Amino acid sequence: MDTPLLRLAGLDKRFGDRAVFSGVDLDVKRGDRIAIIGASGSGKSTLLRCINFLERPDAGRVILNGEPVGTERQRAGVSEIRYDEGSLNRLRQRVGMVFQQFNLFPHMTALGNVMEGLLTVKHMARAQAGERAQAELARVGLADKAEAYPAHLSGGQKQRVAIARALAMEPEILLFDEPTSALDPALVGEVLDAIQALASEGRTMLLVTHEIGFAYHMATRVLFLAEGGIYEQGTPDEVLKAPRRPLTQAFIAGHRRFSF
Amino acid sequence: MYRWDFAPIWANSDLLLAGLGNTLVLTAVALAGGLPVGLALALARLSGSRLLAAPAGLVIEVFRTTPPLVQLFWFYFGLPIILKVEMTPYLAAALTFTIQSGAFFAEIFRAGIVSVDKGQSEAARAIGMSKAQTMRRIILPQAVKRMFPAMMERSIELMKTTTLVATVSYADLLYQANELAQKTFRPLEVFTAAALLYFLIITLVSMLGARVERRMAQSGEMAR
Repeated sequence: MDTPLLRLAGLDKRFGDRAVFSGVDLDVKRGDRIAIIGASGSGKSTLLRCINFLERPDAGRVILNGEPVGTERQRAGVSEIRYDEGSLNRLRQRVGMVFQQFNLFPHMTALGNVMEGLLTVKHMARAQAGERAQAELARVGLADKAEAYPAHLSGGQKQRVAIARALAMEPEILLFDEPTSALDPALVGEVLDAIQALASEGRTMLLVTHEIGFAYHMATRVLFLAEGGIYEQGTPDEVLKAPRRPLTQAFIAGHRRFSF
Repeated sequence: MYRWDFAPIWANSDLLLAGLGNTLVLTAVALAGGLPVGLALALARLSGSRLLAAPAGLVIEVFRTTPPLVQLFWFYFGLPIILKVEMTPYLAAALTFTIQSGAFFAEIFRAGIVSVDKGQSEAARAIGMSKAQTMRRIILPQAVKRMFPAMMERSIELMKTTTLVATVSYADLLYQANELAQKTFRPLEVFTAAALLYFLIITLVSMLGARVERRMAQSGEMAR
């Protein structure tokens, strides 16, 4: 049997007293494209952020390529999981992330943004990193913006630089956290095109989005989050066209109300 | 009517200039030492480790809240008793103002660091950068730009506060002015001349600072 590229096993996350989700299990195979949808506050982004440990899960394991992240140990009869800096940094190189607010480094050019991880994390020589970064910018159609600072880029261009920055690290999995939610409607298309291009390369990705139409066309599987977990999942046709459970049905109906 | 007479000051200008030199040396040493001390204190306070944060917080608060004159006396009179070391006016002054300015710089550093959007460190961590790399390459360069005006203000304050070292007979500008005043019986003229020197130096530094600030703003990299 194939080991899944990524497995989430019994993942719990709480903020204070409030459980965001509990007992989330998920297998992601190489080449899967998983769209995660749900109402605000359903824990979509938090789930995504637990995969690269921008949030620490309170329980459960993240297993990459069969290797659990962190080491389990017994302490006073209770087992707890320790995550050391080094192993999290290595995990994050293999799992790229694109943020809603782009989070480009404003004091660096577009090229500098893409080079940063190559220089500091991969310890690449400057010339080589520059070439590599330039190629990544070209891939997202921004070869001519290499020397521009983020302040001089449009939202769509910023997000494409952010995608190039993530790609430069050659991640095995890409996480997109509402990548178009902060964009002017007119700029959404160029970012979705860039993501679509990555999808057609067969990359493994998880995408939190409100763009239901895009999720339908891009995803191989759709997860609907509600009531503290994965409430319904299946192919885009199953979940988005013929949802079986009431909350999913209401959510989809709400999104369709104004389509024409 | 009082008759102003600046002639004795011109005749002894070398004394004042020597004092000015000592003031500038002390300020420069306190700045060069205070900036790294301040950064270290700020990082310790932000480290999230109580073992580091608590002592750093104590140093910062003690040196921010007690009169600099008392601090100077601690170092000049107190430290030799405790440590059985020889203390010179210069060493006491340099220590006092390095740590004292470090305490103030620490709060400026801290404010600058926490003002950088959390998304910046998340983006850096997400590509696998370590905490230290993130601080050095991503957070501090942005923080320092924002802190610059406050740093300038504090540095000017520092230069004026160093006048207290006259009390432990470090021959700074004000100390020399005092000597000259007694020698010439012209205190008004002497202290006015000293004040003029402070005015000139600080104005010059402020203008340079404003230029650096403008240049940083022009590079237009701050806006997100």
